[in-house]
Amino acid sequence: MKILAYLSIGAKGEMLDISDDLLEQKLLEMGCTPGEQFEVVRKAPFGGPIAILISSYVLSIRKEDAMSIKVKLLENE
Amino acid sequence: MSSKTLKIALAGNPNSGKTTLFNALTGLKQKVGNYPGITVEKKTGKAILSEKILAEIIDLPGTYSLFPKSMDEQVAQQTICNNDNEDYPDITVVIADSTNLRRSIFLLTQIIDLNMVVVLALNMVDIATKKGIVIDVNLLSRELGIPVVAINARQGKGIVSLKEIIINSIDAKPKSPFLEVDKLFKGVIEQANKIRGVENNFASFMALCKQKLSGEIDYRCALNQLSKKEEIIPERAQAKETVKRYAQIDKVINSTVKKGSPIGKYMLTKKIDDVLIHPILGYVVFLSILFLLFQAVFSWSAYPMELIDVLFTNLQQFTADSMPKGMLNDLVVNGILAGLGGIVIFVPQIAFLFAFIAFLEDTGYMARVSFITDKLLRGVGLNGRSIIPLLSGAACAVPAIMSARTISSWKERLITIMVTPLMSCSARLPVYTLIISLVIPADEFLGFNLQGLVMMVFYLIGFVSAIVIAFLMKFIIKSKGESYYIMEMPSYKIPDWKTVLYTIIEKVKVFLFDAGKIIIAISIVLWVLSSFAPGKKFEQIEQKWAGIENAEMQISSEKLEHSYAGIIGKSIEPAIKPLGFDWKIGISLLTSFAAREVFVGTMSTIYSVGDDDIRSIQKRLADVKRQDGERFFTPAVGISLMLFYAFAMQCMSTLAIVYRETNHIKWPIIQFLYMGVMAYLSSFIAFQLLS
Repeated sequence: MKILAYLSIGAKGEMLDISDDLLEQKLLEMGCTPGEQFEVVRKAPFGGPIAILISSYVLSIRKEDAMSIKVKLLENE
Repeated sequence: MSSKTLKIALAGNPNSGKTTLFNALTGLKQKVGNYPGITVEKKTGKAILSEKILAEIIDLPGTYSLFPKSMDEQVAQQTICNNDNEDYPDITVVIADSTNLRRSIFLLTQIIDLNMVVVLALNMVDIATKKGIVIDVNLLSRELGIPVVAINARQGKGIVSLKEIIINSIDAKPKSPFLEVDKLFKGVIEQANKIRGVENNFASFMALCKQKLSGEIDYRCALNQLSKKEEIIPERAQAKETVKRYAQIDKVINSTVKKGSPIGKYMLTKKIDDVLIHPILGYVVFLSILFLLFQAVFSWSAYPMELIDVLFTNLQQFTADSMPKGMLNDLVVNGILAGLGGIVIFVPQIAFLFAFIAFLEDTGYMARVSFITDKLLRGVGLNGRSIIPLLSGAACAVPAIMSARTISSWKERLITIMVTPLMSCSARLPVYTLIISLVIPADEFLGFNLQGLVMMVFYLIGFVSAIVIAFLMKFIIKSKGESYYIMEMPSYKIPDWKTVLYTIIEKVKVFLFDAGKIIIAISIVLWVLSSFAPGKKFEQIEQKWAGIENAEMQISSEKLEHSYAGIIGKSIEPAIKPLGFDWKIGISLLTSFAAREVFVGTMSTIYSVGDDDIRSIQKRLADVKRQDGERFFTPAVGISLMLFYAFAMQCMSTLAIVYRETNHIKWPIIQFLYMGVMAYLSSFIAFQLLS
């Protein structure tokens, strides 16, 4: 198990669990359901938001919020 | 037979093409206003569905679900879920981006489960097909149990069939709910249905999750007891429901959609992003775009503005000459027409600014701007999107404040609105130019022109104070709900010129009609104050100068001196004396409230008293003497005056637009007061230190 905020660009993974309730609801509704695969595609400079490709669109979230997102790292195919 | 008006609500995710479809359906028959009591924009329009059926279409704010997280989303939820809402639709059209079907269908199935008449408009099916995403539209319609129609809102394709399907579906409710939510919570939903007296599983589930639906007062207590007894925790229940719903959606999608490679589709956008959100290049590009935007608003609009100015001056002249002389003539020319001209002159700036913003928004670039600037601006209580209003404020605060709408967090948007007028706008420029030429010598300082340096310092003062005040407000203003930054970064696309054009028209209309009313009212008040005097003072002045040639200037300045505005100017003299100002400057401060640049004109009129030469305002002011024979306009007075103009909120157009954008009289008043206090204190300190 890993924390999304610590993954580097290009890392691929699978959503597991989001510990912040409100954030969880919002992200679930946007399709970040457990088991959904994603790829980290961008990180803004100065510790700004990160962007992931998930469910065929690019989603950006603040690094602080990504701290509460638990993911499973997938081996590179 | 009389024609029938159908109420149609347009719902969908942000970036799904909702506004484009709205424009395609309604054309220019649109109305933009606010929802009562809140600042969410309400767009409605009329569409002709057939010879007999007319439709009123409401464009709901973009939302991802019926469980709202923001004010915008709440409006969408309340419209769809409350049948006692005045906008409650007969039919809801959900528009879905075909390249992003999974997420769009989530919202759709929630609406289906409310047992509402709903039609799915699949946008950009052709583009999806090109990207290898093939959707079986008929099968999808059967699986969902509702009509589905493929459209391309931008090209206007499929709009005719959408209209036909809407007419044919007027009474066709979905055959069955998409998700059997009652099976997830054994027995609880049935009990909730009984308490609410309504047979609607999903609505009862929403009510259980503390959503406010119609008739809430009658059942809230009993429902809370039920969730307590059954140990239903809204957040957990909702998460469970959402996961189940997506599982079912995935099944439907697997059977109806042949997926292309998502990575392939993302490639072009990725290449552009390599430049546009590059850690160094990204900022360079952004600054260049800002520079261009600033140029456009500042210098390109100068030509049309000059034209409007000439037009209105001629119109005023023409009206003054053709109407019979007298009070009415003066009111129309110097009150109403002058006020009207003062409003219309802003239109080019608003048009240019919003052309740029709509363009940046529609291409998808704006989301990237937030992405790279969010961290930097968040520290001071602002948002990645505050940068556009702040910097456009350097041209004019009015369009700048209107552009703060793109900030989704209310607190961050409010702070942006509150500090934007501190930026040195173009109306301050003539004031600075006049005073600098008066009190700052044209010497060189470290190889730079001193006058230019002082000008730059005043622009910096504006920017720095905006940042500092934003930082302070971050701690004072209470935030409504928690702010998350969760944003989709849409794929880049060529902007839809029609959307850009409609945005410009809409913004100009809002400004002209909403803020315009207030501005005209204040103009008339100012006119009354400066055109009337107590008793027969004006007649006496006219008699005094009667028969003397070329005395118009003297007459008007003496009249101004004895008018109510003049009396107020004199009565505030004790208050402004510590700042180094006399009553003449006092009058100019008052009339500047119409627009800051009026200062120059008023000073020129008022200082013409007893001055027989016709010469430039600079020379005239330079010769003004104090009682002890020294020059009146010392550097101390000049700097104090400029600081006053840098901080004071002397712009009724800005106050009017702040009132409109915040929907509360409290905010323009607070803004007026805090800026006034800053102006007074800084002028006081500067004058006392320098003199």
